[in-house]
Order: sequence, then structure tokens, then C-alpha cells
Amino acid sequence: MAEIYLNSRGLKLKLRRFLRKFFYTASEAVTKLIFIAVGIVICAPVFLVVTGSVMGKGDLYECLAPVFEHGTGFVSWKLIPQYPTVENYIRLLFYSPEFFVLFWNSVKIVGLILLGQMVVGIPAAWAFATYTVRGKNVLFTIYVVLMLLPFQVTMLSSYLTLDRLSLLDTHWAIIFPAVFNTFPIFVIYGGFRAIPKSLIEAARIDGAGEISIFFMVGIGLGKGGILSALVLGFLEYWNMIEQPFAFLENKTLWPLSLYLPEISWTQAGFAFAASVVMLIPAVFVFVMGQDYLEQGIIYSGLKG
Amino acid sequence: MKRFRELAYFIAFIGVSFMGVLIFVLIPFADVVRRSFLTVMSGEFAGLNNYKTVIHNQAFRLAVKNTLHFMGVGIPLLVIISLAAALVLSKIQDIHVIKSLYLFPMAMPTATVVIVWRMFFYKQNFESLVISYLWKNTGYTIVLWLAGIAAIPNELIEASKVDGANKFQCLIFVKLPCLKGSVYTIVILSFLNSMKIYREAYLVGGSYPGKDIYLLQHTFNNWYVNLEFDKMAAASVLVAVVLFVFILLFQYYSQQ
Repeated sequence: MAEIYLNSRGLKLKLRRFLRKFFYTASEAVTKLIFIAVGIVICAPVFLVVTGSVMGKGDLYECLAPVFEHGTGFVSWKLIPQYPTVENYIRLLFYSPEFFVLFWNSVKIVGLILLGQMVVGIPAAWAFATYTVRGKNVLFTIYVVLMLLPFQVTMLSSYLTLDRLSLLDTHWAIIFPAVFNTFPIFVIYGGFRAIPKSLIEAARIDGAGEISIFFMVGIGLGKGGILSALVLGFLEYWNMIEQPFAFLENKTLWPLSLYLPEISWTQAGFAFAASVVMLIPAVFVFVMGQDYLEQGIIYSGLKG
Repeated sequence: MKRFRELAYFIAFIGVSFMGVLIFVLIPFADVVRRSFLTVMSGEFAGLNNYKTVIHNQAFRLAVKNTLHFMGVGIPLLVIISLAAALVLSKIQDIHVIKSLYLFPMAMPTATVVIVWRMFFYKQNFESLVISYLWKNTGYTIVLWLAGIAAIPNELIEASKVDGANKFQCLIFVKLPCLKGSVYTIVILSFLNSMKIYREAYLVGGSYPGKDIYLLQHTFNNWYVNLEFDKMAAASVLVAVVLFVFILLFQYYSQQ
């Protein structure tokens, strides 16, 4: 009797455990599905841009006219265009030389900004992370406040400086102020702070100079922070609007991010194709660097 | 290491950065403060006149009102929605794909999505700005919250369970108090990103958008185009001072 009783109790326990586990995984799966569904809605603009870029004039007109002509009604969108075409891309790649000029402007500006930020920011972050100096905290706070100053506040002062250095209406007017932005320093600093202090001490005891410690230990082990700053920086500056708008009058110097919105909706297909080309580098960096992007976000939140 | 040597290396490493900050931001800003007390044409001392003009300026008032309104609605919404999402996500495994989907808007240049925005937000109202702000920043903020949640010591949660706390009590009395430190940085970073909403407003609405989405950056841009540097100087100083006081107060209260 006792044995059977025990067995049934054991069975009950097993059953209960099984049910609990089942409901747990089931509810987890449902939550996941909900999150993924919302995520797909969030990413929907990409599908719109990509499908729009392979639509012909007629298709697009049909879809967009209610909004742009009458200002009422809703956009109707076909996920799969009726008559897919590459005419937009052909126009963009073969008949729009100005597009390439602006594309290379963007590449040049972003490349030089990131290069400059690294040359300036990596040593600065290392200084904050490694040395204890009186007044360091004050300087750190100043850097935090500078990071938070919106463009409006620095617009006039940047203009006056750039005017004095006669850099206005050149790419340097965009590059220099961005190079000395303090945001990347905090991201790189996050990476440096993760290096154990004892390692630096050990290198010193072994007789390594401060400069070689910086290169071997700092850059060697703090790569994560540096790459994170690069990924975040690329996504930020590929998207620059305010600065070039204020400091570049000559439209041939503009980056792509300013040019795209100038295309009127009657050329929507062309605008979509240009958008796709502009998206490609950003998506590439995003996909290759997602782990660094997340790490960078976390580092940006670890101040003080 | 000797104090003096340490200081020398500190200066050597940070020198270029500090010089740049000095030349491109700090000294010019001091000049802007000086100019805010002068007239723009003759450069005579004008006392607080520029400040008075700015404060009574209709466009500036509207812009301040809209910008504060936007922040007052957008930032709390962003912080709370992403906290709720992060609390749920922190219990689920393998969320790499989910995070990718939510972070993806960061990779979409504003200029690229602006056509899509024009399609949906042809009314250019306030809600559309808030939606695009949430759209762009929810992923970023979720990642920040997740990092904060992961840093809560597991022993604390276990201990509360042993003491008989249910899930809800554990959330209210253990997890949320532990996340207080994250609130400060998350609100500050959300603020930083909220300033970038001007891009959407400008790209959708141009220099003179609908009355609801006329932001501070619009005012500054229009003054800039008209070379009204005296107003710009006074307004820059005002915004900087308000911002600075806000940061200090917020830091003070969040550390208590």
C-alpha cells in the first residue's frame, strides 16, 4: 500500500513539475512572439523603402497620390509591387553624377570625424581611466556637461570660431567641432575601466613605460570600447543634419543626409532608391557591429 | 607613481582633447556670453536688453513651450515603456533577435525614413514627433535598462524570495530600488537624444512647421539665417544655464 501511495505522490509531483515547465515555456514563447511581432512593425519602414525603390512611376503614383495630392486619405501599399522595375536604380547609378559626389562627401566627412575622434578621444579616455589627479572629477563633470549641450547652444559659438578660422563652407567646419565632441570619450572610457588596475600595476613593475602600457594594455584590452565608439559614431554622423545645414552653403559639399529630403515626392521612386543606397552602409555597420553597439550603449550609461 | 609624474602623463594624454575643447567650445562660448550683453551692430553695452527681448519674443516662447512639452511627454513615456519591456525581457532567454529588431531604427538615417514619415505624418502634429522619438530610442533605452537589471545582485532577489516575497513585492521593494542609479543616466541620455528630434521636425515640416512642432532649434536657425546674433547669444546662455541647473539638481536628488 505504502509503496503505491508513494509512487502516485511521486507521479503527481512529476506531473506538476512537467505542467509548470510546460506553462513556463509556453508563456515565454508567447511573450517572445509578441515582442517579435512589435519588432517587425518597428522595422516596417525598411520594407516600405525597399519595395518603393523597385516600383515604377504608375505604381507609386497610385499609392502616394491620396496623401500628397489631397492631403487626406491613407497610403495604400503593396508589399510586392505589381511591376517591379530597376529603373530607379539605373537613373540613380548612371544618370545622377551629383549623387556620387554627395555620397563621397558623406564618406569623407564621417571617416575623418571618426579618425579624429579616435586620435583625440582614446588618449583622453585613457587619462581619465588610469591617472588619479586632483581636479580630475571637475574636468570630468565639465566633459559630461559639454556632451549634453545641444547644438542650439553651441551653434553661435561654433559659427564665430569657424568664421575666425575661415573654415566656413568647407568640410572642416563640420569635422572639427565633431572631433572634439566628448561623447565618444565616455564610451571608450567604459572599455578602459573594465581593464583590471592590477594589470597596469604589473606592467609598471615589469618596467614598461607609460606610453607602451597605453598601447599594449590600453588599446590591446580596451578594443571593445573603441570599436563601440566607432559604431555609435558612424550611425550618428552618417545621419548629420543640423551642422551641415548651418555651416555649408555650397550644395556640392553637402552630405547625403541633407540631399535626400530635397527630392520632391513626384520623384518618389528615385528618392526611395537613393535611400536604399544610403541605408546600405548603415545596415552593414549595424549588422557587423551589433554586439559593439550594445556594449557601447551600456558604456555610455556607465558614467562617474 | 609620483604625483608630479602622474600629473604630467595625465596632461600629456588629455592635452589635445582639452585644447580642442578650449578652442572650439569653451572660449567661443565665453565670447557668446560677452556678446549676449552687447548690441549686435555697434557692440555697445546693452545690459540685459537682449535677454528681455528674447524672453518676450513670441517665437522663442512658443519654441520653449513646445520643446518642454515634447520632453515632458516623450521622456517619461520612453523611460517607462522601455523599463516595462526590459523587465519582461530580462526573464527570457535568447533575446538577441528581439534586441536587433528594436535597435534597428538607430541604423536608419533620418533622411531615409523621412519619406515614410511624410506618408504617415502628413498632419505633422505633436503626436507624430513623440512616436518617432519612441520609435528611434526604445531599443537603446531597453539595452540600458537590461544592463541595470543584470547588475542587481542575485542574492538580494533570492533572499527576498526566502523571506516570502511574491513576484510583485520583489519587483517593487527589491528590483526598482536597485535600479534607482540607472534612472539618472537613462533620463540624461534620453534627454540627449530628445534634442535630436529636431531632425524629424525639420525634415518633415521645413523651417516653419506646424505650430505644434516648432522647436527651439527652429528659432535658433531662423535667427541664424537673419543674422540676429544678439538674440542667439542671449538665448544660448539662457538654455545653457537652465540645462546646467537642471543637471546639477537632478544629479543631487538622484544621489540622495
